[in-house]
Amino acid sequence: MQRQIGQVRTEQVRLFDRDHPLVLAGGEQLLEVDVSYETYGTLSEQRDNAVFICHALTGDAHAAGWREGDRRPGWWDTMIGPGKPLDTDRLFVVCANLLGGCQGTTGPASTNPATGEPYGLDFPLLQMADFVTVHRALLAHLGIERLLAAVGGSLGGMQVLQWALSHPEQLDNAVIIAASSRLSAQNIGFSAVGREAIMRDPDFHDGRYTEHGTNPAAGLSIARMLAHITYLSEEAMAAKFGRRIQDPETTGPGFGVDFAVESYLRHQGDTFLTRFDALSYLYLTRVMDWFEPFGEHDPRAVAEAGTRALVVSFDTDWRFATEHSREIVRRLESARVPVSFREIASVWGHDSFLLEIEDYHETVRAFVDRALERTHETVRTSGTLRGSR
Amino acid sequence: MTIPTRTPGRRRGPSRHLHLRDELAVVADLIADGSRVLDLGCGDGELLGHLQRRHGCTGTGVDVDPGAVRRAIRSGVSVIELDVDEQLGEFGDDSYDVVVLSKVLQATRRPAEVLAQMSRIAPRCIVAVPNFGLWSHRWRLLRGRMPMSRQMPYDWHDTPNIHNATLVDLEEFLAGLGFAVESRVLLDEAGRVAGYPPALANLLSGAAVYLLARTS
Repeated sequence: MQRQIGQVRTEQVRLFDRDHPLVLAGGEQLLEVDVSYETYGTLSEQRDNAVFICHALTGDAHAAGWREGDRRPGWWDTMIGPGKPLDTDRLFVVCANLLGGCQGTTGPASTNPATGEPYGLDFPLLQMADFVTVHRALLAHLGIERLLAAVGGSLGGMQVLQWALSHPEQLDNAVIIAASSRLSAQNIGFSAVGREAIMRDPDFHDGRYTEHGTNPAAGLSIARMLAHITYLSEEAMAAKFGRRIQDPETTGPGFGVDFAVESYLRHQGDTFLTRFDALSYLYLTRVMDWFEPFGEHDPRAVAEAGTRALVVSFDTDWRFATEHSREIVRRLESARVPVSFREIASVWGHDSFLLEIEDYHETVRAFVDRALERTHETVRTSGTLRGSR
Repeated sequence: MTIPTRTPGRRRGPSRHLHLRDELAVVADLIADGSRVLDLGCGDGELLGHLQRRHGCTGTGVDVDPGAVRRAIRSGVSVIELDVDEQLGEFGDDSYDVVVLSKVLQATRRPAEVLAQMSRIAPRCIVAVPNFGLWSHRWRLLRGRMPMSRQMPYDWHDTPNIHNATLVDLEEFLAGLGFAVESRVLLDEAGRVAGYPPALANLLSGAAVYLLARTS
């Protein structure tokens, strides 16, 4: 049986307060910022084995292992753990909920210290750089100066790219999976429909739904159902559901849940309501829409810092198709950043980055194993130098 | 057209690249220390890894074989997965010092376009090709059979090599594309460097490695 991380715990820490407010990339300030995070493995004495996990749009700090009462492990438990591609026997892995989120890190549903009420739409608009600022503060809190790697898929991959471009000196390696450096009109269109569904829900109340004792549940679940279609390939949906009838007893005539795919989407929409906040959905998707890091940062700085990159796409992903990854590769490669790129064959579409696909996992393992080896070579070399003096 | 031939005596000697297989050692020998190298069909990255570790080179490999690419990444070589026939446009003009195409040209769908792209990407190209004009190939054809040899080990119906050429054909083709042959290393059927006289090169060589410079 494969070894497990075992029980893990989500921690929370206040990283910014009135004395040290968070100044956002857009210039506004947040007077209180809490961050929830988890860690797995042991930080080495040289503090050179830290890996930061950047999560996707609806992810959280609980990337691996089991918390008390969990019915399933963390969202990337296939990737992180003893003997897994991100091997917690050798690595110290940190994952934190991002700013604007709703799972322990300050976001629009948090209480505004100025009013004592939830921020709602008074929460300032965020940029990808703000996620990085907050997570860098967490690393400082944990006493970690450099990262062996930052790793992320989808929005997480976009955050890794932002991190590599804005603070390459902090990142030895960047692993950018199923991500984009510039959303297409189609991508923005899907996000826009999701946001419209939320904002047009009568229970939205201009973002003040908590004070009204309501929740734009219809809007949020529709946004989730729509997004879920984009996370799977047509092939995957055909394989998973086809035109299967959910329950012949209750089927038709009418507009109920006849097909299995309808039941699945409804279930995804409903369970999403228990763990996600509608305002976070608005704020975080908006960050993705405006993300265009190569317009602001010169990738030559990444090459100068010696940061290496691995970019991975999946051939059936149409949320962020391979061309999105190729664009990232083109930008980095032309700036002479050492970059590897793989397009992994998988029928599962965008969701593939969360799944255990051997070729994909072995590629990440190869890249990270080499990164660890390089660190040890450096330690050995500097040890020899010290010895010869 | 006279082609300057490198004979073993004039080369710096394969001892410089002891860790490499013969033909890769020949290619490595044509690459100056510190070069930025694009290796098309890099396999598991043996050549680039060697050049990076021992000769201060940097660069990128290109391959599509998943296992080989993973091994290259594991060894510290950066590899970009793409189709050499279709996607060399991903690389910028003059973004490398030298582009290597080792035993791949004969398997490309449009060799002229691949070579044109290579010449756009770097001022120098290294191309290694099997020689269809080898005497034993001609002998097999005379006996009515398709050529097969250690350099070209495939059955006619099962070969990736769809654009075979003799050295004479190839050199004419390269000249037409605006390449000057700066250097040519002849290999015997086993892939070892051989000092054949120029007049017999097309008959005796199992393969050849060309260092090309663009002239226009």
